[in-house]
Amino acid sequence: MTEILERRACISGIGQSEVGRRLGRDPLDLTLDACLAAIEDAGLTRERIDGLATYPGAVGGAPGFSGAGITEVHDALRLSLRWYSGGIELPGQLGAVVNACLAVACGLADHVLCFRSVWEGTAQGKGRRAGIGLPSDGGGGAPFRPSGMMEWSLPFRAYSAANWIALCAQRHFHEFGTTREQLAWIALNARRNAARNPRAIYREPMSLEDYLAARMISTPLCLFDCDVPCDGATAVIVSRREAARDLRRRPIGVEAVGTAIRGRPSWDQWDDLTTMAARDAAAMLWERTDLRPADVDVAELYDGFSFITLAWLEALGFCGKGEGGAFVAGGERIALAGQLPLNTHGGQLSGGRLHGYGFLHEACVQLWGEGGARQVPGRPQVAVAAAGGGPLAGCLLLTGPE
Amino acid sequence: MSQAPERPFRLKPRVTAANEHFWRGGREGELRFLCCRACRTYVHPPAPRCPACLAKDLAPEPVSGRATVHSFTLNHQPWVPAPDHPYAIAVVELDEQPGLRLMTNVVGCPAEAVHVGMRVRVVFENHDDDVWFPLFEPEARARP
Repeated sequence: MTEILERRACISGIGQSEVGRRLGRDPLDLTLDACLAAIEDAGLTRERIDGLATYPGAVGGAPGFSGAGITEVHDALRLSLRWYSGGIELPGQLGAVVNACLAVACGLADHVLCFRSVWEGTAQGKGRRAGIGLPSDGGGGAPFRPSGMMEWSLPFRAYSAANWIALCAQRHFHEFGTTREQLAWIALNARRNAARNPRAIYREPMSLEDYLAARMISTPLCLFDCDVPCDGATAVIVSRREAARDLRRRPIGVEAVGTAIRGRPSWDQWDDLTTMAARDAAAMLWERTDLRPADVDVAELYDGFSFITLAWLEALGFCGKGEGGAFVAGGERIALAGQLPLNTHGGQLSGGRLHGYGFLHEACVQLWGEGGARQVPGRPQVAVAAAGGGPLAGCLLLTGPE
Repeated sequence: MSQAPERPFRLKPRVTAANEHFWRGGREGELRFLCCRACRTYVHPPAPRCPACLAKDLAPEPVSGRATVHSFTLNHQPWVPAPDHPYAIAVVELDEQPGLRLMTNVVGCPAEAVHVGMRVRVVFENHDDDVWFPLFEPEARARP
């Protein structure tokens, strides 16, 4: 087998800003908090950061979708960079971290600061959650006319990813008999774990009855199947392994990444709505390692909507195709002390929509054994972090510090 | 073809030479997709080349407008004000070709009656003689 180049990379530090529903803070300020925390955590100084990577970069989109781009962070920290990359056309949100792994593996940089920053809570204000692509000001002047990918969904009143994922979930319900009572456990498990995470946004207990009584958003998804917009930033340092030897921490290994997409890059034209692109990214991940799903000690799987986690569980082979509902039902298997502890920080459903990077951060917390009240028992050695729904998907398999 | 009676707010697409056949086919009561003259593959969304054989010889062609609901969701959330929540969003697959799919709305029946596998046919919702939105209604529905 050719060398699995991403194994030349490791994660040497992590950081997170204050996280809240509506902090009213400057998003660049939050971003720098997370970046500086990660640099300090690694035992580095900003002079030694020579790479910078982010998703999605300085782009438009829903209000608060991007808290800072490459240029702003570069300049604010007066970094001296050998390599940088920011963009949205990537294998999911964690694609920026994969890019960083490849950059250090190729010797383009030694220590890449990777960040993701959101301020959707504050930007969307006290109004209802904004749908994707629907300008809150009505577009101003000429009427807003969607084009590109949005041309095929917004005119049919499918304004939000909630609608698009609901179409996937409903197809799964139809093909496999999945039920709301089963899907509920993604949300209930997240809330149960959030209660042990002081940074999580929603920490009060939630019961199955609470879930089933919640107002519907887009069938079969109710309010508690949707993540909570928030303000916050997350950063990780991806280092070249040889360059990380003298650092404060024993680094976390990058065992394999999954970035494949083999179907049409579309929410509604994807060949199998029940799998989404997670199918291909996950399959590729296992092609690049001798580890198997049974070796995974903790799973941090994207839950922008609960159904996405179900799809990742199946895609990664923790259960068979179509068996995700039965796998999570009752919540025992996926509990902190269960067979596959899942979304141990509360996910985005209860922890806040940090857009993929919260899962990677939490995977590192667990592998370093620093989860406190939510630490998975028995010192986990292998973790998977995955992000993205619909046609977006990317995942990383991580191994504990040697 | 008949027109759907209710006309909720809709965002109109940017109509161009590349997509006009789709968004204005309803003026003639036709649902049209680009079709490859070389290999007869229907192409959606519109593209400059046939994705199957890469030929450039594509032209709009009407289809039957008969389709099957592949999946659906009833939207309850008032993203924009509307009098008809919940309404049905669906992905339908046209009879002409496996995988020839479209996101759309199912109208002309209670939203709760929509189900996977439901047989539907196209109906157009004319907005300002500018865009004719292709929606779908139950095939079994009696025409007035």
